[in-house]
Amino acid sequence: MKVTVDHLDAHRGGRRVIKDVCLEVPTGAVLGLIGPNGSGKSTLLRALCGIDTPSGGTVRYDGIPIASLGRRQLAQRVAFMTQEHNEEFDMPVLELVLLGRIPHGKGFGRDSDADIAHAQRALDQVGARHLAQRSFSALSGGERQRVLFARALTQDTPVLVLDEPTNHLDIAHQLELLDLIRATNRTVMIALHDLNLAARSCDEIAVLADGSLVSHGSPEDVLGTELIRRVFTVESTAVTHPATGQPHFLFDVRTPRDEPQQSNALTTTPKGLSTP
Amino acid sequence: MKIIVGHMVPGMPWMSDGTLTPLQDSAVWQFRLPRILLAALTGAALALAGALLQAVVHNSLAEPYILGVSAGAGVGAVSFIVLGVGVSSLGIGASAFVGALIATAAVYLLARKNGRIAPQRLILAGVALGSLFSAITSYLTISTDAQNVFSIMFFLLGSVSAATMQSLALPVVALVGVGIFTALRARALNALLVGDDAASSLGINVNRLRTTVLIAAALLTGAVVAVSGGIGFVGLIIPHIARIIVGSDHRRMLPVAVLSGAVFLTTCDLLARTLAAPSEIPLGVLTALVGAPFFLWLLRRDRADSVGGGR
Repeated sequence: MKVTVDHLDAHRGGRRVIKDVCLEVPTGAVLGLIGPNGSGKSTLLRALCGIDTPSGGTVRYDGIPIASLGRRQLAQRVAFMTQEHNEEFDMPVLELVLLGRIPHGKGFGRDSDADIAHAQRALDQVGARHLAQRSFSALSGGERQRVLFARALTQDTPVLVLDEPTNHLDIAHQLELLDLIRATNRTVMIALHDLNLAARSCDEIAVLADGSLVSHGSPEDVLGTELIRRVFTVESTAVTHPATGQPHFLFDVRTPRDEPQQSNALTTTPKGLSTP
Repeated sequence: MKIIVGHMVPGMPWMSDGTLTPLQDSAVWQFRLPRILLAALTGAALALAGALLQAVVHNSLAEPYILGVSAGAGVGAVSFIVLGVGVSSLGIGASAFVGALIATAAVYLLARKNGRIAPQRLILAGVALGSLFSAITSYLTISTDAQNVFSIMFFLLGSVSAATMQSLALPVVALVGVGIFTALRARALNALLVGDDAASSLGINVNRLRTTVLIAAALLTGAVVAVSGGIGFVGLIIPHIARIIVGSDHRRMLPVAVLSGAVFLTTCDLLARTLAAPSEIPLGVLTALVGAPFFLWLLRRDRADSVGGGR
């Protein structure tokens, strides 16, 4: 399913956070959304999947404006992987994953066998079948992300929107999750912090700075030391990865007027910092 | 038992052969049976209201009283008694119901901002309004004639002893209505437990669900408070017990909560009637005596869990 974004504006807390963003993501492509903290990545993603209503512009899925779709119809087209979890009400993993079938079913009655099959297939896909009867709260960070991703898969939508799904994961789990995401063959829009990871895992990169789209294209075309300096105010060196031959960035010196926090957030994988 | 069957099924021999005195008959049919039924209904309704509130405010410590609904009902009932045209239980019930609805409307409007209901704000508004209403009730109580004070205390502490078959109508209608309403939304409520964003992305209109469920819970509370007065802690304890038994899936948890609520309050009423016989312990006192320690235990247990079972 092709996603088209036209002149999108979004406000948050009375402030214009997304400014006139135009974007097109072809069917089956993985779009990586990068940008510094506070650049509007989360807000943009929330508008793209219809959780928040934009203040201007349109988002279309295969030409259909999402504003014209009912909530349920929308939920059959796009799944949004959130980091939310309420510790007070614990649930077994299978039950949590089965929530993904809500847009396809009735409001009451037992889960059908087909629903359960869907959920188990998704758990298989993310390698978490053995966790089905475990309580979600008792899982490790990596297991949680895999289960939440399984719920998004269970929703069985052509479009996936993921907001920093690699947060809190060690490098092995980050790579594993991104490979799972690539393997789904759905249209994916994903916010990422690690530029090298984004370059490796995405078909396209969109760069957001202060709410505006500053660049969009293939990772090779978009990512460069000049852009990294301009957007992230970090000096970097591009090297060629000896094994894959792909460009790889080494981050070294801060530009003089840089705020220390921002560059820290980039050179180390950020933890718990999310864009408002 | 015989008497109940005799009233239900016409032509039973024991109703007319003189083995039962009219006194026994009326004791059971007019006092005991409605009383038991009202206790069961009240317990079921408060448990359901508590379970619903906990889901919509994302807080397992929520219960009907946190909305200030019972305090509003208290002001309604006490105003009626103080200004009273006379102490009629129907009048007290009706004014309590009106007070409950006014309190709910006030809390709802205060908790609304930009068309959204924020769970935290809802709790704060409920607590603040509850204090305000309690203050009004206290003032009315001390400024009124001494003869009224007993009826006021009786109402505020909660009791099902004044039950009649007629007084059951309102709670029955509320319980059945809200029961059907929530049964159709059980899955949506499950999603809401995870979070607002998760529920929205699953196609649920979170704000509408929260508003309607809130109104449903308030109606339910208002309907039973009007008849039974201020009975606390049922709405808090029972949903927790139900979750411990069958987990947090509302499709299983809600029916269990409704049944456990009914059983719990019927048992409490039995104890209230018999423990200190011939005098009677107010039901609200007894549920608080059971409920408060349970609540504290729950608090301790939760903490132990999060330390021991942390990731």
